[in-house]
Amino acid sequence: MKPVWTTMRHAAKTLRAALREIFDEAAYERFLRRQNVPSSTSVYADFRREIESSKARRPRCC
Amino acid sequence: MALLAAIAFAAIALHRGEPINAMWLVMAAFCTYALGYRFYSKFVAAKLLALDAQRATPAERLENGRDFVPTNKWVVFGHHFAAIAGPGPLVGPVLAAQFGYLPGTIWILIGAIFGGCVQDFVILLFSVRRDGKSLTEMAREEIGRLGGFVAYVAIISIIVILLAVCALVVVNALKASPWGVFTIAMTVPIAVLMGVYLRRLRPGKVLESSLLGFVLVLMAIWAGQWVSHSASVAPWFTWSATTLAVVIILYGFAASALPIWLLLAPRDYLSTFVKLGTIGLLALGILALHPTLRMPALTRFVDGTGPIFAGKVFPFAFITIACGAISGFHSLISSGTTPKMIRREPETRMVGYGAMIAESMVAIMATIAACVLQPGTYFAINSPAGIVGAAPEAAAAKISSWGFAVNAADMHALAQSVGEQTLYNRTGGAPAFAVGMAHIFSSTLGGQTLMAIWYHFAIMFEALFILTVLDAGTRVGRFMIQDALSHVWKPIGRTSWYPSILATSALIVAAWGCFLWQGVKDPLGGINSLWPLFGIANQLLATVALCVATTIVVKMRKARFAPVTLIPLAWLVSVTFTASWQKIWDPNPRIGFLAHARQLAASPNLSGASRLIFNDRLDALVTGLLMLLVAMILIESVFLWARVLSGRQQAVIKESPFVMTRLATEEQA
Repeated sequence: MKPVWTTMRHAAKTLRAALREIFDEAAYERFLRRQNVPSSTSVYADFRREIESSKARRPRCC
Repeated sequence: MALLAAIAFAAIALHRGEPINAMWLVMAAFCTYALGYRFYSKFVAAKLLALDAQRATPAERLENGRDFVPTNKWVVFGHHFAAIAGPGPLVGPVLAAQFGYLPGTIWILIGAIFGGCVQDFVILLFSVRRDGKSLTEMAREEIGRLGGFVAYVAIISIIVILLAVCALVVVNALKASPWGVFTIAMTVPIAVLMGVYLRRLRPGKVLESSLLGFVLVLMAIWAGQWVSHSASVAPWFTWSATTLAVVIILYGFAASALPIWLLLAPRDYLSTFVKLGTIGLLALGILALHPTLRMPALTRFVDGTGPIFAGKVFPFAFITIACGAISGFHSLISSGTTPKMIRREPETRMVGYGAMIAESMVAIMATIAACVLQPGTYFAINSPAGIVGAAPEAAAAKISSWGFAVNAADMHALAQSVGEQTLYNRTGGAPAFAVGMAHIFSSTLGGQTLMAIWYHFAIMFEALFILTVLDAGTRVGRFMIQDALSHVWKPIGRTSWYPSILATSALIVAAWGCFLWQGVKDPLGGINSLWPLFGIANQLLATVALCVATTIVVKMRKARFAPVTLIPLAWLVSVTFTASWQKIWDPNPRIGFLAHARQLAASPNLSGASRLIFNDRLDALVTGLLMLLVAMILIESVFLWARVLSGRQQAVIKESPFVMTRLATEEQA
């Protein structure tokens, strides 16, 4: 059986990963990897343009 | 677990004439969800869907690091829950509490386990097996061109009505409230500041900027108290309902037509941050305080004479509560981003079925927040002036005459304690939810001194994410109109062509703005007409989704398990068609649109009667049109099932071919 602190650490890591996905931080990291560029203001602007084009078409739930 | 559930249900159903602790509801809900997830979802997964761990999902096969990304199941769960959780599960249960806590609670629990969770789960899985196709595409491929067309019309209708209802809820929450208007107005510069932080100072650090924005919003709420007490500043932020409606319509147009991501994107993040935090906080508050429900199990208004909206408990309780039990809108999310992130097929169970359970829990919390109020207070806040009168004494006397004691002095004291001038006639559900939430929060943290802060925190939370739904929804609606009109004239489909952007933005804003204006001008508060219309549209979309699901099940040659989707479909058909019929034809003017129009026509001296008559006829037309379209898709589906089952038509499903997953071997290694 896993010790409690290991389980808690794992839960905290998963929660952080979920928050990073919800808030598009993970998507930005994937974008940087895909483009093979470091983070900068202009690269972030490119990422925003890409995400806006797909996100703006997604319906938001009621 | 089953025994605990039975005891909890017996307690909430059999308590009569005395308050009951909210923990009975929490216990009944927890046990029902646990049993539903452990047994029913497993049955659906194993027998009906036959989830295959060896089958590669589109996230694996089509991985591109952009849309298709294999993602940890808990991360997808959080992402999916954040996408489906909106104002619906908070507002609907608050409005339905006029029947008492029992009908809403039973519908939320049973509806979610056998309806909403199943719909979200099966649509998610069917979309995963079709490379993440949308509901409209699946309806077109599996049922026919008419199916695709009806799904499209249902989606655009629900978006229009949803946006109008959302805007109306915000108007009713912020009218004559300088504190609320100031707080929401301050989110504009805060969001721009967050945008600058995100774009210039720390690119991509959304969580950091959201936290910063959250702290600033809390400061704005604090400052709002000073604004509301200042004789010189308060009038700047004291707006009437019509002024607020005009501002929101202009805001919707600007959000759709202008490239103002510096405002909208950060506000979207801020709204999600506040939403998730507040839902968590409310859950902790309920567990810590375990408040007592003051609302009776059933009120006299089950007979259809309710002041908030007219109509009997059947069918109106079942269309008033949509998102917490079953919501057609979820099928759009389940066939949108989520199927492109699922790593392994068996994970659809936890994401689809599980996230809907979490959504249902939010609805239970909203029920509790509404029912902790004294019933007299609840009805004073939610009843429109057209029913109880605008004068405090008259309203209090009218509500007391129904058997729910309330007096003008107590209502005045409550309004003072939350920093408002009055709480009468605040229809829409949001203010009642905010008072309930403030009651729970202030009892656990800060006491009565923080009641006003908690109330305005709740109002800010609701208004902020409703406005996010509004601006995102307006843009989605604009894209859908551009797509549709491009079949008539190609250039209109160009999303970067400004004349097209302006024209289609104006079209979608005019569509929901018309319903919003109607709601603001309605002497019955607007919610009486618009919320049932929204509920009908939403549940009709769920009917379309369940038609698609049942068709696929029949084509999979699993007809013996078809009742899994067929029973909720039959229930929704009976609920929505009964509600639609009554909203159009009922002779009671408070229920039937046409009867109300006739009543207005009989009193021609009433100012603005012709506009109100037009509104009623428009509402009747929209309801009838939706009912007709869904009846068509239903008939087409039934004929298709009959042909497939009798062997007259070959069952061809449009699934992507089977590809063995690599993830299973990688995980074993």
